[in-house]
Amino acid sequence: MHYTLCDMFSDLTQNSVEAGASRVEVRVEESAREISLSIEDDGKGMTPDELKRASDPFYTDGIKHPGRKVGLGIPFLIQTAEMCGGHWNIRSEKGKGTVVTCRFDLTNIDTPPVGDVTGYFRQILTFDGRYEMVIERKTPSFSYTVRRSELLDALGLADQGSFTDAGSLALLGQYLESMEE
Amino acid sequence: MAKMSLEDLRKLRGATQSEIKKRETEGKTVQVIVGMGTCGIAAGAKDTLDAFVKELNEKGMGGDVIIRQTGCMGLCQNEPTVEVVMKDMPNIIYGRVDAKVAKQIVEKHIMKKELLNEQILDRPAGDILKK
Repeated sequence: MHYTLCDMFSDLTQNSVEAGASRVEVRVEESAREISLSIEDDGKGMTPDELKRASDPFYTDGIKHPGRKVGLGIPFLIQTAEMCGGHWNIRSEKGKGTVVTCRFDLTNIDTPPVGDVTGYFRQILTFDGRYEMVIERKTPSFSYTVRRSELLDALGLADQGSFTDAGSLALLGQYLESMEE
Repeated sequence: MAKMSLEDLRKLRGATQSEIKKRETEGKTVQVIVGMGTCGIAAGAKDTLDAFVKELNEKGMGGDVIIRQTGCMGLCQNEPTVEVVMKDMPNIIYGRVDAKVAKQIVEKHIMKKELLNEQILDRPAGDILKK
């Protein structure tokens, strides 16, 4: 189990990057009553059979850590949604990509805390590897969109293709937090 | 704090950029690798990463240190784990690194080249090491 929803969202988004996606779109919409997330990628996708297996907490493909039981974290999503009246859906097509959506009722006492949203964004923007990520954030009082390529460019990291030094991480954090004003 | 623009970001970054490139080519960069697997995050690795970012920037070392995320090192009982890789020091994996220990790693290991003996883990779990 994850302590916060954002911790779980991080794991789910990491799957997209690890599925070799070149473009990942993340939308987080939040009101006082509800939070919804959608992650859309053009990664390797899953067949209906693979998706079914990924929902089994005792299944592993044994590739990432041979000999260990490591999965995609989808059973956590299902369990969390079931315990607090949330909703989830995964659509996937082999070779095309995957769309994960979920929605949680923030007034339900069993819903985990939302957690650190900008920390979540910073984490998913800074995975190793070259990929484009577009994050859309909407709340009743503000909304914004950030693109990984534009942030890398502004920080002079377009050539490297990933965020590296502590200075760039600090500025990225500062930038994301300022967007929540 | 008002919303920053990409241009603001570019300006704030401006001066430090050339310095970073120089250090990278001279091989002077320090790497701090934070375990951000499910186990790491459950144990507070996000706070650990934040503490490194804050400490390094407060000490003016933001451009000298690369911070990377990695997955589980198979030492879940000792999360958050952090590996420090730098010149003239052995590669060290530290365990149970909270914000306080992160500060000590910056002040002792990175700045003074002293080990934090109490926090050292030997190496990743056997089945995680690449064969």
